[in-house]
Amino acid sequence: MYYVVTLATLVTMAMALVRAVRGPTVYDRVLAVNMFGTKTVLLVAVIAFLFGRPDFLDLALAYALINFIGVFAVLEFFRSRAARREAAEETTQT
Amino acid sequence: MSGFLDIASWVLLTLGGISVLIGGIGALRLPDLYTRMHAASVTDSLGALLILVGIMLQAGLSLATIKLAAILLFLLLTSPTASYALAAAARIAGHKPGIEVPAGKGDAT
Repeated sequence: MYYVVTLATLVTMAMALVRAVRGPTVYDRVLAVNMFGTKTVLLVAVIAFLFGRPDFLDLALAYALINFIGVFAVLEFFRSRAARREAAEETTQT
Repeated sequence: MSGFLDIASWVLLTLGGISVLIGGIGALRLPDLYTRMHAASVTDSLGALLILVGIMLQAGLSLATIKLAAILLFLLLTSPTASYALAAAARIAGHKPGIEVPAGKGDAT
């Protein structure tokens, strides 16, 4: 039964990767990477029970934390970049 | 009793797999940034909930269940927050919701 969930998660991760490569805007890419990270957490949790090694759950927990912080760091970077670009445009206009 | 728990966890795992798959298809196929965000974020939370509860039923009362509950709690807290931050950042950066209809195609309806 775990095989079905593992397969579904892997297919979804492949789709998220395709969206991350194709995504027209940078926010599509961030969305796809965020989705990829969440699916990785699920995949690690399922694989821990598929192979009978519950130690992997610690990895899943750590990965969930890192993924969240990473997405927020990238978003903050792009937001400050957009704000800086806007400020630069305003100074050139006046 | 154990058979009932097995069946319940299988049902939850299958539903979780289906939901995860639907989210992937939606994020790949939908036409617009905000619709893709909708597909990805909703199924993220639902799929994580179903799959992790399904595994919890298999694990029984043990340390693994507590770790799974911690992962589930954390995912349920952070996944909507990340989606909200992403949507807010896209909105501030000037992305308008809506599909750009090519000229001449939208007039017929």
